Amino acid sequence: MRRPLSGRITALVAAGLLVPALAACGADDGKGSSAKGGDSTLVIYSGRNEKLVKPILDKLEKAVGAKVEVRYGDSAELAAQILEEGDRTKAGLFLSQDAGALGALSQEGRLAKLPQSSLDAVDPAYRGGAGDWVGLSGRVRVIAYNPDKVGDGEVPDSIHDAVKPRWKGKVGFAPTNASFQAFVTGMRVLEGDEATRQWLEGLSANGKSYANNLAALDAVESGEVSLGLINHYYWYERVAEKGEDKVGAKLHFLPGKDPGALINVAGVGILKDGDQAETAQKAVDHLLSEEAQTYFADTTKEYPLAAGVTSSVEDLPPFDSLESPDIDLGKLDSLQETLAMLQDVGLV
Amino acid sequence: MRTSDVTAHPAGAAGSAGRERVGETRGPRMSGRRATARRTPLILLVPACVAAVLALLPLGYLAVRALERGPRYAWDIVAGERTLQLLGRSLGLTAVVVAACLVIGVSLAWLTVRADLPGARAWSVLATLPLAVPSYVAAFVWLAAVPEIAGFTGAALALTLVGFPYVHLPVAAALRGIDPAQEEAARSLGHGPLRTFLRVTLPQLRPAAAGGALLVALYTLSDFGAVSLLRYDTFTRAIHTSYSASFDRTPAAALSVVLVVMTVALVAAESRTRGRAGHARTGTGTARPAARVPLGRWRAPALAWCAAVTATAVVFPLVTLGYWLAIGTSATWDPGALARTAGVTLGVAAAGAALTTVLALPVGVVAARYQGRGARLLEQAAYAGHALPGITVALSLVFFAVRYVYPLYQQLPLLLCAYAVLFLPLVVAATRAAVLQAPPVLEDVARSLGRSPLRVLREVTVPLAAPGVASGAALTFVVCMKELPATLLLRPTGMDTLATRLWTETGAGSFAAAAPYAAALILLAAVPSYLLGRHRT
Repeated sequence: MRRPLSGRITALVAAGLLVPALAACGADDGKGSSAKGGDSTLVIYSGRNEKLVKPILDKLEKAVGAKVEVRYGDSAELAAQILEEGDRTKAGLFLSQDAGALGALSQEGRLAKLPQSSLDAVDPAYRGGAGDWVGLSGRVRVIAYNPDKVGDGEVPDSIHDAVKPRWKGKVGFAPTNASFQAFVTGMRVLEGDEATRQWLEGLSANGKSYANNLAALDAVESGEVSLGLINHYYWYERVAEKGEDKVGAKLHFLPGKDPGALINVAGVGILKDGDQAETAQKAVDHLLSEEAQTYFADTTKEYPLAAGVTSSVEDLPPFDSLESPDIDLGKLDSLQETLAMLQDVGLV
Repeated sequence: MRTSDVTAHPAGAAGSAGRERVGETRGPRMSGRRATARRTPLILLVPACVAAVLALLPLGYLAVRALERGPRYAWDIVAGERTLQLLGRSLGLTAVVVAACLVIGVSLAWLTVRADLPGARAWSVLATLPLAVPSYVAAFVWLAAVPEIAGFTGAALALTLVGFPYVHLPVAAALRGIDPAQEEAARSLGHGPLRTFLRVTLPQLRPAAAGGALLVALYTLSDFGAVSLLRYDTFTRAIHTSYSASFDRTPAAALSVVLVVMTVALVAAESRTRGRAGHARTGTGTARPAARVPLGRWRAPALAWCAAVTATAVVFPLVTLGYWLAIGTSATWDPGALARTAGVTLGVAAAGAALTTVLALPVGVVAARYQGRGARLLEQAAYAGHALPGITVALSLVFFAVRYVYPLYQQLPLLLCAYAVLFLPLVVAATRAAVLQAPPVLEDVARSLGRSPLRVLREVTVPLAAPGVASGAALTFVVCMKELPATLLLRPTGMDTLATRLWTETGAGSFAAAAPYAAALILLAAVPSYLLGRHRT
């Protein structure tokens, strides 16, 4: 039995109505509906955590004289999103928590060249080789240790000591963490692939891997491991949250330009296709200003990189006293090879 | 027209096998009639195809991305040793989680529905509450308490504890609906209770248990939060790491394709095991509730079992959250922000569940009522997105929206579409099961009385299947509330859900500040979970 024509028409009309009806479901949402809007709005994709940078980005509105919309996410995921958006990206500014994601966008030609004045605000070591991104704050790789397990003098002075038999089963690290991977990339640049692979195999045999730096730090505090390879500010954040007397771990800054003392940066780049270059530039200027740099020093416990600001955090060694390895951060973009190596060794 | 007998216990069970098995479609005569005489009406076919196309979008995206650098490059990744290793790990974890969920889900369902367990109703509701716990929260509380649990053990434990309600719910519903006549007949023929259960009851539970097991398997394959926190390397984790570390999207896409193939194989295997049996009963007889089996000296162990499951799956996460709330100086209560975020979460989840249900309904009806390759393909297509990690689905929607529907990009409708792609199978499975239990003869009668397909759907099929569809929608509502990766990428700029807030707070290491959001998420998601548990009791 065939259905009458009217039935089919009803069906088609119903199907035709379906799509706009679905679209209407969410049409009442007021927020975020402004389209890519020239310079009246600045859209920032922030790979830095909202808790850490919201206060400073809130102040940007006044500084740049435009409405600021911030999209928070993971640095790598937002970079992947920008690559996926291509020239129709809504982002005017990308705030990354590491140099690697900025390097990836730079390589794909998504970033605009910055004026010399912005670049000059920061030491050449902490900006992109192509002049299209600039570091805002420095974060140092350190060794956290549990003083109940390790005497102050016993903490290794080199990352190479951590793979010696003395530390078997006693080293915590976070192999999926971007900073850890950047540090391994740095080691590859400094000491070559073969030496790095051997070191990773030693670490794999000696260490315990954790989901992130905080979990590794927790493991040090609880005595589950004696040493933890982390970034310095996690310890300072923990102290800020719990109070110093309740934090059981201590930090050791490695001397002698050891690869384990790598300084990575959180940085910023202007999107070439975001149509917000002028406002974005004002935002970059502000983020390099004394006010913003002081904020990074005081609040996120990182090292300010511009405007002659020094950190006021107690116990934090002065930036120029750090004996970090000489390395071009622009060369940290060979992350893929690092990942392949980590996979081969079985760490990720 | 309505038949009060049938609507009186709607969608009663996946196994309501009365003496008159009108819905039986396995017989050659019946299936022959169906295959030739009944064509899928356009009113169902067109929207079902819309849903299938939406669900297949990520697959199209993956094909584009995987082949971007030539088939050779993609093949090298797929055929690599690591892929095989990941395959083994993912399948191993899935097998263990599914087996554990079947044991817990079926045992709790039988104890709460068919045994004289004290407080059976309460236990039944408690057994659904783990639905409200996001896998990443379950993983985290265990990791915090027992760090050595990381790895396979922890991942299997966390996923089992949040996954077993997917088995418990349909099996409990099926048990409630089974006509006890067959069991009584078996008993009168001299079979003991155990043998009766194994030979008569269990086979009738198979479709419900298999459907639940499939959802658990897909959940395990697609979960990222728990395996990532517990450091057990599966496909999702490898895909995610690949996206994050290399910015070369080809390896991630190639691995995702393997994951989709696994899903399709699983769905096909499940549809093979369940057969095409219908379960409707009609006629003048009424199904009576079965007499409860006395537990006797097994009462104490049975109670201990229920208590142990509830304690590990519900009480433990809540107590741990309470502990977080109590300690830490960063626990800054901002009731205003919390309420606002909760409101947004409820709204978005409700809209997501509504869209998913609208899209899934025709697919479910077609899958239940129409045989043939087309119907099977439609159903399988609806499952395509379910095993993919949220980030893959999200990036595929970014890809399509930026190119073809730019005005929708970073707008709410696109996020809702992602929810639909991710969660279609939950409602498709529920709808299909519910429609199967509604006697098709009623639709035939309505049709012979000259009703149009739309009216038959509106006046007969949907009302009969409504409770089942509603439970699928409620389940989707819960999982939308918990969804994280796609929400992060696709939400309108500035919008926050409880899950994204939770992520933000834990990302900064302030577990105490994250606790209110985690607690609010669990408590809000517990309401529909509770209703699901009470459903048809």
